[in-house]
Amino acid sequence: MSEVEETIKRIQSHKGVLGIIVVNSEGIPIRTSLDNSTTVQYAGLIHQLTMKARSTVRDIDPQNDLTFLRLRSKKHEIMVAPDKEYLLIVIQNPSE
Amino acid sequence: MADDPPRTPTPSGSRKGSGKKAAPAPNKLAPPAAAAQKKSKESVTKSKSQHDAQPPQGIVPLFMATKSQEIYECICDEHVTEDNPYKLIKKADIIQDMKMRAAISDFHPVKQLVLDYPGEELLIAYDPDFKFGQNFFLCATEEAKMEHLHPGGAGAEGEEGVEAAGEEGAEEEDNAVYVYKPPEAKEWVTQGSQVEVEDEIVVDTRDKIRFRASRVRKEFGAAITFEDRDADTSAAEQGLAASCLACPSYADTNFTIKKAELDNAVQAVPEMTDGSSQTDWKHPVTASVQYEPRVISVEEAKVAQQSEEFKQFVQASLPRFELALQQNTIMDVFFDDWAVLGEEDTNFGSKSDSHLKEYQSFTDLQYSKDKTVTCVDWHPQIKGVMAVACCERLTFDERIDNANKLLMSPSLILIWSFADPIHPQLLLEGPDDICCFKFCPTNPNIVAGGCINGQLVLWDITEYSEKLSSNRGNNSKASQKKAAMFGEEMQPETPTIRYCAVSAIENSHRNIISSVDWLPDHYELNRFGIPVENRLSECCQIMTCGTDGHVMVWDIRAPKAPANTKDQQAEKSAPPRPFGVSQVFKHLDLSWKPLLKLSMAKTDSSGDYSPLKFSLTEKQGVRDHVPQPAGGKPETTGMSKVPSAKNQRPLECIATNYFLGSEDGEVIYASFKLEKDNETGKSNVPKPTWSVAPHDGPVNTLQRNPFFSDILLSVGGWTFAIWKEGVTSGAILQSACAPKLYTAGHWSTTRPAVFFLGTKDGNVEVWDLLDRTHEPLLVQNVTAAQVTQIVPWVVSKKQHLVAVSDNVGTLHILEIPWNLRHPASGEKQAVEGFFDREIQRIEYFDKKAVARANERSKEMDKKKAQQAKADEVSDDALMEEYKVEYDSYKQLEKKLLQQLGLIEEEKPEI
Repeated sequence: MSEVEETIKRIQSHKGVLGIIVVNSEGIPIRTSLDNSTTVQYAGLIHQLTMKARSTVRDIDPQNDLTFLRLRSKKHEIMVAPDKEYLLIVIQNPSE
Repeated sequence: MADDPPRTPTPSGSRKGSGKKAAPAPNKLAPPAAAAQKKSKESVTKSKSQHDAQPPQGIVPLFMATKSQEIYECICDEHVTEDNPYKLIKKADIIQDMKMRAAISDFHPVKQLVLDYPGEELLIAYDPDFKFGQNFFLCATEEAKMEHLHPGGAGAEGEEGVEAAGEEGAEEEDNAVYVYKPPEAKEWVTQGSQVEVEDEIVVDTRDKIRFRASRVRKEFGAAITFEDRDADTSAAEQGLAASCLACPSYADTNFTIKKAELDNAVQAVPEMTDGSSQTDWKHPVTASVQYEPRVISVEEAKVAQQSEEFKQFVQASLPRFELALQQNTIMDVFFDDWAVLGEEDTNFGSKSDSHLKEYQSFTDLQYSKDKTVTCVDWHPQIKGVMAVACCERLTFDERIDNANKLLMSPSLILIWSFADPIHPQLLLEGPDDICCFKFCPTNPNIVAGGCINGQLVLWDITEYSEKLSSNRGNNSKASQKKAAMFGEEMQPETPTIRYCAVSAIENSHRNIISSVDWLPDHYELNRFGIPVENRLSECCQIMTCGTDGHVMVWDIRAPKAPANTKDQQAEKSAPPRPFGVSQVFKHLDLSWKPLLKLSMAKTDSSGDYSPLKFSLTEKQGVRDHVPQPAGGKPETTGMSKVPSAKNQRPLECIATNYFLGSEDGEVIYASFKLEKDNETGKSNVPKPTWSVAPHDGPVNTLQRNPFFSDILLSVGGWTFAIWKEGVTSGAILQSACAPKLYTAGHWSTTRPAVFFLGTKDGNVEVWDLLDRTHEPLLVQNVTAAQVTQIVPWVVSKKQHLVAVSDNVGTLHILEIPWNLRHPASGEKQAVEGFFDREIQRIEYFDKKAVARANERSKEMDKKKAQQAKADEVSDDALMEEYKVEYDSYKQLEKKLLQQLGLIEEEKPEI
């Protein structure tokens, strides 16, 4: 448990990280460092996008699977690590 | 025909007769033929008789006058004509007529006849040919009447009878009677129609042939059997008679025309057509969805987080995240170097692009010729309108000499518009020459100006503001047309507006007002110089500085209390507006007193500074640091009364310090907040905190950078300097002495590192701090006279203009080229960095100076200590040394004097 905490804290303390969200397989956020409304929005939208991305990758090559997803926008970058059951979302502002 | 010959003479003979008988008998030609025979005999007799004029028996000629004709209805050519000459008249009528008219009656000569007449009716016949001697004749006997009426009626008997009757008739009547004679059968003579008839007749040419066919009786009605047979030659070979001829088909050459062209039409037709007759099915579509996110309870979340999978997941994701996060911090992979690279190079362009282009120039021959322009200001709102203040170019002594003449010539501010470069749009008249003026930023219809005699003047151009903004250029044409109407050549009248308020002379400056400016609208000052909140958000206070050493703050609102009653009375009995001047500031006129009066006492010596320019920290429009005025706006907007002190909230965030530039080239840093003297309890004007004299001549420009509010540019004499507020050790940058006097300066409004300077010989220098700081980037000659003011202005996004005014009354408008108005990327940071570096340099030098001073003093101390020691030890030795030196000196002195011959050589003692 403490390792988990430590890891999450480590990610969070990286330069430019705005927030970190953990989402379960149904798309419900389990753990977050942002406020509720933002979390809910990110969880719902990113979950859907990740499912789509994963299905795309697997359609092209069924042996393949999605390991990491980076979405870069003008203001910041959203990084997603999918798993069988969970989804870890990190938002970073890279230009700082 | 036997009858023919006698026919010919008959007509001639019986013409007279037949003329009377033509009507009755067309089918009586034959009888007339017979009658004609008789007539031929008779005609001879008739002709005789005619000669004799003997009427035949029973015929009596009768003359009927017109009157009688009318009576008996037998008018010639009306009732009786040649064709129908007979008229039956009743005997009774005649008798009556005879009785009536007696001798006059036409029947009088035949009276007896009529009376004897057996019948009832008498026949009168028209005789146009006067055959019987008169125009009418009367048939006296019945037989004659019958003869005439029915000629040949009894003559159907035989020829002889007819002849006989005819003779009689002929004698009586002279008309041939046609007797019907049946046609005789004669020999038919063919005329040629027989051939056709014969043709048509069917005649047997030969005997008719007879045939008889028979058949065995049993074959009648027997069954019929058919069989096939080929219809070609092989059948003939078979011995069968060619009972039928084959007609095989063959290529008939007549019909083998090759079709070279064929008309064909193709139409693309859809094979299917859709049709519908029912309405669209509007199926319900979700218009809006309201949803709530699913959440799980905290306990569940905790449970999930403590699960083994979660741990593994997090551990596994960590390296990926670390990689990504670090990548981002190292460098920005999406940065487009190529696009940014080209930005600076696009401005290379051609040489011509990088100088100020002359756009327009304004001068008025009447009002601004040979005058100097003291101040230029752009209209804050209306594009293309600027105002220019003109002053006489005379020294003080000359002014005194020409004082009378100067009184007559008006002192004007000319308002120009781009639409008309020859005639100013508006003239503002002031009491004396105006040295400086400014449009009010919040209400551009108010202009405040400072005069050469120290008075502060206000103009109100509200009436003409529409004229300025709307019809530019149309005005002159319209008024020129009016002038043409009267046959005179009049210049279009430029409207002149007189000032509407002027300050009281006793309370104004004692010397010229050198600079005037409006205080920003987010604060106002009270009597103690403390900035308080400005509820109206309108500029209502003016700060002026004059060369008499005072800085004054004026309020354009009406003063409070005791003057009120007087004002009200005055208002009630207000005289009609003199000179059409606006009455808005009537309360200020001639009685205007400054709110605050600050004297600039010198810090180190006695006397006052004589400020020429001042520069406030607060900028109009920049009010982020000011809290919103509480309680909203007061109801009466516009020029209301000065609010009472207790209603106003003092604002702490407003800086009360400001810079001054003086006539002696000093830059002074002072505060306008009055200090309370603890001892006396009075409020005193604080002395300036800091001053320095960097310039060799009067400071003509003291201005803050529009991008950095703590950086100032001061221009005076032959140099300019850049200062930072707070850095008191010295200027950040001080230029070397220029070859010509600098007479004007201004920061660029769009580029933080660029400013313009004007020189005495009419050049405009453009300096770019980022480019080089030892010489200007661009030197351009604009005018031949001295440049007095430079004011850049952003007219539109594409057009940045700078107004340059000179000493001879001309205002030049130049266009700033692209590279001088478009800031380079990161220019602001670069300039900021530049200033920081300069400040660091100053600080470094200061430090170094301090350090060195310390060192030096240390060394000095050391030396002194050493010296002191050395002195004590060798005091005597020193004395001896001194003595030896003194002796040698004495000898030298003697020698010299002997050489000069001033001392005789001592004679040696004998």
